[in-house]
Amino acid sequence: MTDLHTHAEDIVAQFSDHLDLTVDDVEERLDNLVNEYRVPVDEARRSVVNSYLDEAGLEREALGGGGNASVGLAEIDQDEQWLDVTAKVVELWDARSDSVAQVGLLGDETGTTKFVAFETSDLPELEEGAVYRLENLVTDEYQGNFSVKLNRTTTITEVDEEIEVGDDAETVEGALVDIQSGSGLIKRCPEDDCTRVLQNGRCSEHGSVEGEFDLRIKGVLDDGEAVHEVIFDREQTEALTGTTLEEAKDMAMDALDTTVVADEMRTGTLGRYYRVSGPQFGRYVLVDEFERLSDPVDAEAALIEARSI
Amino acid sequence: MSQAPTREVARRVFAREFNDASHTFKESDDERAPVYLLLPTGERANRVFLVGTLTEKEDVGEDDEYWRGRIVDPTGTFFVYAGQYQPDAASTLRELEPPAYVAVVGKPRTYETDDGSVNVSVRPESITAVDSVTRDRWVAEAATRTLERVAAFDDESNEYARMAREEYDLSVDDYRAMALAALEGLDETDELGADADAEGLDAQAEH
Repeated sequence: MTDLHTHAEDIVAQFSDHLDLTVDDVEERLDNLVNEYRVPVDEARRSVVNSYLDEAGLEREALGGGGNASVGLAEIDQDEQWLDVTAKVVELWDARSDSVAQVGLLGDETGTTKFVAFETSDLPELEEGAVYRLENLVTDEYQGNFSVKLNRTTTITEVDEEIEVGDDAETVEGALVDIQSGSGLIKRCPEDDCTRVLQNGRCSEHGSVEGEFDLRIKGVLDDGEAVHEVIFDREQTEALTGTTLEEAKDMAMDALDTTVVADEMRTGTLGRYYRVSGPQFGRYVLVDEFERLSDPVDAEAALIEARSI
Repeated sequence: MSQAPTREVARRVFAREFNDASHTFKESDDERAPVYLLLPTGERANRVFLVGTLTEKEDVGEDDEYWRGRIVDPTGTFFVYAGQYQPDAASTLRELEPPAYVAVVGKPRTYETDDGSVNVSVRPESITAVDSVTRDRWVAEAATRTLERVAAFDDESNEYARMAREEYDLSVDDYRAMALAALEGLDETDELGADADAEGLDAQAEH
């Protein structure tokens, strides 16, 4: 009973700006559903909220506060879940679409997740490195990956506290068995907010453009049990291969062919063992750190372990 | 999750077990479905990764270049064939001077000889020169994976082990002994001081 009473109070508070409700009325409706019709409490609450939304002519999004989940950013595992978080803006990325106002990475103690704010929501801008209390975010899922969306009803309050962002980096290791096409010396679209990789000098969004050179490796690490697709960005590609972007451009210029760069990279890296770590996005681990596994194998230890298998 | 077709894992298998295999199969009727080689220790292999010593290479092609390489591991010899459809691997074989440590990613291929036996070879996707540390790491890894397969051979849910029992008349205990011997061999080279050996070959392998 007290449970329903609490729910009723929450609902009244949620609608306080829109409807003049009494806790008793709300509790009675909840009680009817839960105790008379055997509806689970969550569902009952949802149903009652929906009916008040109708009454007030509101969208669910318009409801502020109350009842939002408090889940670690790295622990989000549901689509369309409403959240309140205190998080640090770890990175801001270039938005790739006009409808996106800001996109980047939010972090809390559990780790990081992508966030998107849309132009239409008309929100104040977040600053990289700052910590905010963000209320009324909603989670989104795409191909098994979760992100959070800011929306019109999101409240943003900068808070004066430091957050130690958790490390949710994936670490994978294995032999580098493939460097895929689209690796080596590539060109990216120079249009604002577009960093797409050009195919034959064409951007899939902006058509024929004068691209900007970049280096990357899309590789496959394989440990004999599983494969992991990994992406080395320019900095990591330079560290992995010892070839800088300028050197790669010179190589391509000499050969009148950009593919020599990837070929050279293959020769120097394929078949070697690496351990890499970084955040996972979609199918890829984005390499923040890597190490070549070049220590001699401890054959004696391997033998002791092997005999126990 | 991702809708992209999943990439086939590269199995770690010693030359002796690889060459003992002969049965291939598909898991769907689709023409483009992957072909698997059934390993005698009860696993399917559509791709392999191996590291060994390239001891010989020969252009066995008639009109076009067709390179055959012999790559030796502690248990036997892999045969690798690369022609015009594997231009990168073919040119690597053309340029390498044996002996050299090489890493090969490739697909198992089988063909039946006139006397009815089945030969197994590797059609490489890539061949690269590597150092002795990489080679030793592979031997240790291949031994571990082999022992894991042997250990899982009697699991009731292991459908490829069941298939191996039907298709082959081979003892998995032999592969266990082979894998342990390969590791013991590594341990011995350790004691002999692999440094001197590594220096000579590394210089060549890492150009």
